[in-house]
Amino acid sequence: MTIKNSFKQLPNDRGYFGSFGGRYVSETLMPLILEVEKEYEKMKDDSSFKEELSHYMKTYIGRPSPLFFAKRISEDLGGPKIYFKRDELNHTGAHKINNCMGQILLAKRMGKKRIIAETGAGQHGVATATVCALFGLPCIVYMGEKDIKRQSPNVFRMKLLGAEIRSVKTGSKSLKDAMNEALRDWVTNVRDTFYIIGTAAGPHPYPAMVRDFQSIIGEEVREQILKAENKLPDLLMACIGGGSNALGLFHEFLDDKQIEMIAVEAAGHGIDTGSHAASLSGGKPGILHGNKTYLLQSNDGQIDEAHSISAGLDYPGIGPEHSYLFEQKRVQYMSATDKEAIEAFQYCCNLEGIIPALEPSHALAVLKKVAKNYSKEKIVVMNMCGRGDKDIFTIAEELNIKL
Amino acid sequence: MSERIKKTFANKNKKLVTFTTGGDPDLETSFDILKTIINNNIDIVEIGMPFSDPMADGPTIQESSTRSIENGTKIKDIFELVKKIRTLNNEIPVILMGYYNSIFNMGIEEFTSKCVQVGVDGLIIVDLQPEEDADLYLKAKEKNIDLVRLITPTTNKERLKTILNNASGFLYYVTITGITGQNSANLKELQDSINLIRSESNLPIVAGFGIKSREDVENISIFTDGVVVGSSIVNIIKDNISDKKNMLEKIDLFTQDLKAGTGS
Ligand SMILES: Cc1ncc(COP(=O)(O)O)c(C=O)c1O
Repeated sequence: MTIKNSFKQLPNDRGYFGSFGGRYVSETLMPLILEVEKEYEKMKDDSSFKEELSHYMKTYIGRPSPLFFAKRISEDLGGPKIYFKRDELNHTGAHKINNCMGQILLAKRMGKKRIIAETGAGQHGVATATVCALFGLPCIVYMGEKDIKRQSPNVFRMKLLGAEIRSVKTGSKSLKDAMNEALRDWVTNVRDTFYIIGTAAGPHPYPAMVRDFQSIIGEEVREQILKAENKLPDLLMACIGGGSNALGLFHEFLDDKQIEMIAVEAAGHGIDTGSHAASLSGGKPGILHGNKTYLLQSNDGQIDEAHSISAGLDYPGIGPEHSYLFEQKRVQYMSATDKEAIEAFQYCCNLEGIIPALEPSHALAVLKKVAKNYSKEKIVVMNMCGRGDKDIFTIAEELNIKL
Repeated sequence: MSERIKKTFANKNKKLVTFTTGGDPDLETSFDILKTIINNNIDIVEIGMPFSDPMADGPTIQESSTRSIENGTKIKDIFELVKKIRTLNNEIPVILMGYYNSIFNMGIEEFTSKCVQVGVDGLIIVDLQPEEDADLYLKAKEKNIDLVRLITPTTNKERLKTILNNASGFLYYVTITGITGQNSANLKELQDSINLIRSESNLPIVAGFGIKSREDVENISIFTDGVVVGSSIVNIIKDNISDKKNMLEKIDLFTQDLKAGTGS
């Protein structure tokens, strides 16, 4: 297929990125989802909405996040100049809050009285609980039982912020099932409830809306890198769960054709073991959670359980825009195993004094491998989309250290 | 349009529709359950295609889907089940109910061809609304399979038009905002909604979700053309999982009682 003139115009009015996306939900939800779309389209161009969002982005989240030259890692790898976009310094410690702030302002303007969310790593849950506390709305977070165990610091943070955590015990007891449960809640409480989806997936307009709220990452990078280097980056890198931090970084640059992009899926124990979360490398198109996209599934169309050491990447699907960018070959999709991610995690702690979340550690693991392909004048920007405080127990367990 | 569905609604008797998940708890028992149901002159059977992520279903039907999948049921087995039912009864409409991924994964052409081969009359796909159902609708229409449209308490007048356009067979009214197996509807609101739909369409209207007992059947069939009972039957399967004889006896009595509740 030929690359079209612009990647930035999508989705179309039915929510499709090529053949991916759309709206596959219960009829009960359809009127509400159409209303969310209508309201979002209105807000997008509303100057008071933009001003309000921008105000909170600056004064509450702490944007713009810095662009940091990772000198020691660059030197150690002996290749390109590596920059980290430090979204881990945002309030609550990840990129997730960029999206939550946008969605809660929308929910408020729509007069919604109750907020629900799903969470895997707990970062989206914490970010949602945070904005709910900020605006005084009740917050219910669905979280898989397995994730509640492995991300206990975030569970406690959510509770401190006043959110109610509902443990999900069905299926794989992780992110996929939390999303099922959130959708069941929404369909039951459709009239007063707003569902803040945490990644660039779900029924239209969510994939586009979440991407738009995250796109501030790439917009800042353009300005910051021009200031620092007087030119644009050659390569952008990010990890992929559902794909929101990656799109947040990439979207701004999709039409800068000379810029390469690599997104990193979680290979878990290895793609060939079948125990992974790499939907593009190991899945095929299907329909789940409101959209048509690549999914890990059996020959019979039953959704498989994903595996990743990183709760935020442990999801058998991916946002529809990524499925499209994958088929168009605009973004290259690679993967890193649990083990490689842990190594990269430690590497980053030691060389840069940054404790990264396990999610961006996946991106760093691949960057470590590909750096040698780029010469010294090249510039790479990697999205450091979250900090690792939440992961220290998982890491300790993997390294057999008792805390 | 399916001839069997048309014939079934040719008289004005209130219809009783049952839902059970195909292959729950296993294929053989599932067939025996359907046989028991059909022998009680139930009007239409809906067979659920088990799916790993049934987002519109409450715990009862979720668990039945899981039991079926864990016992190895594949979508092709559901077609075999329908084929076997047709050896018993060639009149009763059989509807497959499920999620779109099961169809998309098999391919719309192959799926609908199999429906014709084994004698499936209609499809209810919970996560496929008019905005997305064109591909399936066209194939189904070509093969005289009814793609049954869903209407819910949140459906407004404008959407109702979209839904009724191309609707065939009958209409499925979801009585509550929620998932299967939960609360029952408010009768007054339900009646108002049904009346509104009647003013826009001549298709028969069947109500489902939250209909649990003979009493519910009696109350709701007064102003609908039929009712669907699912979770209450599936609960009998679950509660008698280790005693098949007892399970079938209870389903036999329960469905007789439900049928009596329709007054027809
Ligand atoms: C720090 C961090 N990075 C990445 C992700 C994955 O999500 P996404 O691909 O939408 O950025 C998560 C999800 O929880 C996360 O917490």
